[in-house]
Amino acid sequence: MKATRSMLYIPGDAPGMIQHAPIFGCDSILLDLEDAVALTEKDSARKMVATFLSRFDFKDLFVTVRINGADTEFFEKDLEAVVPCRPDAVRLPKCNGPQDILAADRRISEIEEKNGIEPGTVKLHAMIETALGLERCFETATASPRVTALTIGGQDFTADMGVQKTKEGRELFYARCRIVAAAHAAGVDSYDTVWADLQDNEGLLRESKEIVGLGFTGKACIHPSQVATIHKAFIPAEKELRRALRVVEAAEAAKREGKGVISVDGKMVDAPVVARSVHLLELAELYGIERGGF
Amino acid sequence: MKNVINSLGRLVPTEVPGVGAFMPYSAPFDRIAAMRGAAAAQKPLRAALPSRDKRAASLRAAIENSGLQDGMTISFHHHLRNGDAVIPMVLAELQAMGFKGLTFAPSSIPDAHDCVADYIKSGLINKLYTSGVRGKLGQLLSSGEVDIPVVIRSHGGRARAIEEGSIKIDVAFLAAPSCDCLGNISGCTGPSACGSLGYAITDARNAAHVIAVTDNLVEYPLSPKISIPQYHVDQVVTVESIGDPAKIATGAARITRSPVDLRIAQDSFRLMKAAEVVRPGFSFQMGVGGASLAAAVYLEEYMAEKGITGSFGLGGVGGYMAAMHDKGMFRTVFDVQSFDAVVTKSMAANPSHIEIDASWYANPFNAGALVNNLDCVILAALEVDTDFNVNVLTGNDGVLRGASGGHQDTAAGAALSIVVLPSFRGGVPSIKDKVTTITTPGETVDAIVTERGICINSRRPEITEAARKAKLPVIEITDLKNEIEKLTGVPKPIEFNYDKLLAAVEYRDGTLIDGVYAAK
Repeated sequence: MKATRSMLYIPGDAPGMIQHAPIFGCDSILLDLEDAVALTEKDSARKMVATFLSRFDFKDLFVTVRINGADTEFFEKDLEAVVPCRPDAVRLPKCNGPQDILAADRRISEIEEKNGIEPGTVKLHAMIETALGLERCFETATASPRVTALTIGGQDFTADMGVQKTKEGRELFYARCRIVAAAHAAGVDSYDTVWADLQDNEGLLRESKEIVGLGFTGKACIHPSQVATIHKAFIPAEKELRRALRVVEAAEAAKREGKGVISVDGKMVDAPVVARSVHLLELAELYGIERGGF
Repeated sequence: MKNVINSLGRLVPTEVPGVGAFMPYSAPFDRIAAMRGAAAAQKPLRAALPSRDKRAASLRAAIENSGLQDGMTISFHHHLRNGDAVIPMVLAELQAMGFKGLTFAPSSIPDAHDCVADYIKSGLINKLYTSGVRGKLGQLLSSGEVDIPVVIRSHGGRARAIEEGSIKIDVAFLAAPSCDCLGNISGCTGPSACGSLGYAITDARNAAHVIAVTDNLVEYPLSPKISIPQYHVDQVVTVESIGDPAKIATGAARITRSPVDLRIAQDSFRLMKAAEVVRPGFSFQMGVGGASLAAAVYLEEYMAEKGITGSFGLGGVGGYMAAMHDKGMFRTVFDVQSFDAVVTKSMAANPSHIEIDASWYANPFNAGALVNNLDCVILAALEVDTDFNVNVLTGNDGVLRGASGGHQDTAAGAALSIVVLPSFRGGVPSIKDKVTTITTPGETVDAIVTERGICINSRRPEITEAARKAKLPVIEITDLKNEIEKLTGVPKPIEFNYDKLLAAVEYRDGTLIDGVYAAK
């Protein structure tokens, strides 16, 4: 699966935006049935999202639907409408622990079975938005093989903590670190929260570079104009790419020669480093940087 | 009325009643090559006794002095755009004086001038030569309620028509932002400053009689910049106001935030880069609309990064082009009309911001129209078809709502002509099997860029190859059309009454490229 650096939120009741999704240049879209949709529009948005999922060609976009939380009357209806249309993933908001994942997993499995969909097709992205959810995030990430990503909802998380969300993001530092570490430990992706100020792309770039440095695999955004900035932050440095190439070539050579030990620049290299190097080269490809072109 | 099919398969008349015979369009440059050495129309001689003051007592007195009679041709220029007060003022006076059956031949008609429709209904105007028709006037002509000959010409085509004598201007009314008592005129200063007077210069040179209308009579001689010299001007009329400054300058256009326009802009720029037109000495014309203006932003970044200096920017000049010029990205700007106040100031202050007339800009029947030296032009469109033909004149309901402008001229002249448009508007696809009206022939269009892909004319295989090599989203135009129609459905084609010609559309060389017919 290709890297998903940018995940663009599109309101589920905005057909004009949904039909343009493939042109925005993002790696993934999040069709939103939750916060972006007014209570009075929930039903129509759900129908619209289901219609687009069934009939529209999203090309090679990774498509996630953010459903409403399990504590709402819309949760069941959202899953029933969306899962049969096979989005790549469903984003579960306000995920407070493994029990929320297991409940969603059960329901999704039932719907998959009922609709003749191979079990486990629709993945789950767990959205951590509370202190409790944060404390349990590793257990959440490992609760089901359906979970392929942890994400942080900055606005709700800071509200739960009773603090202000700032541009500097100090109040999110611990949560970000913890989520990234849990995601890596569980072998799933990690996606950062949105940058709300559409006028301040410099701030977005600064924050994006910071979260790339922390180890996040992607970042959500709320406007197509933010996509290019996020991608800019994920461009691997030439020095990193050179080393990644050496690592991958050494791994390939070791495999050919049947060696179990990989060594680069005189140092032993283990499997996570190889995986990270492969990921870097895949990222480079997204930027049109060819192997050997750096 | 006898109709024939031209080389693009369009039904065109061989004669427009009240105007004369026309040849059908055959190819972009056939007639141009054949015209070399042909005689131009004789220019009127304006012998005048020594005079130190050409001021007329009033507009009415000036009209009386001009010798204007029923059935003659009057011209105007549109540089004051929606702020222009001269066209309504003069037409009202002519109506009050009881004129009938005039040929109205402005360089274009500002969108706000719905009054022209009223003067057609009243009989003051019974023939129309223009670059485009919009608003109430477009509705009136498209309704078929009035039956007057209308000929649509490009900016270069109009200059050609004037110089070869197809348009014989009897009296030119020139809105003059600054003028002295002997008729030296500048567009750069005065309360109604509009910058370049490019179209007015052509009218002043060729009209039998020229009346300058000004609200800023300056001490003789006007200085430091004279756009139109006194020897072209017969009379000067001072009025309270020739325009509304707020509506003359559009105000510096903001760079679009529309993701669709930005995607189109980015791909247009990437195509320019792939085609290797952006190199030292590069020349460029852009529009002031969303995508083409945004393309200039990407272009500017690239030129700055690579240290590339262009030779010239051309055309209707907006603030962004003027700013690029100020930053030294282009050595020269050739300006036939200025879109905002920044441009006007730049032209007044900067000697390499050069005011050009319409003929120099785009007339195909002279020895050096600047459009022929363009490396690249980015043009907007209402719709395009699978043969790359472009329509900038009629909406998808067949109603006249656009202007030909410099579209045909620059597309024919530029080494790389890129047409940008969203793949659909309001749920209606922009790529058709056949456009409603052809204004620019597909033979002169190299690429069509939409947000859903780049279509390159098969006449330019080297550009296709370069674009594919650069991994641009190249797509066959029929495939793109099919893809869009999956989203929008296929609109029902409009049926036309081909016995009812509403407007003849000239190609820049004077042949007829299409007709606008009444919808059934």
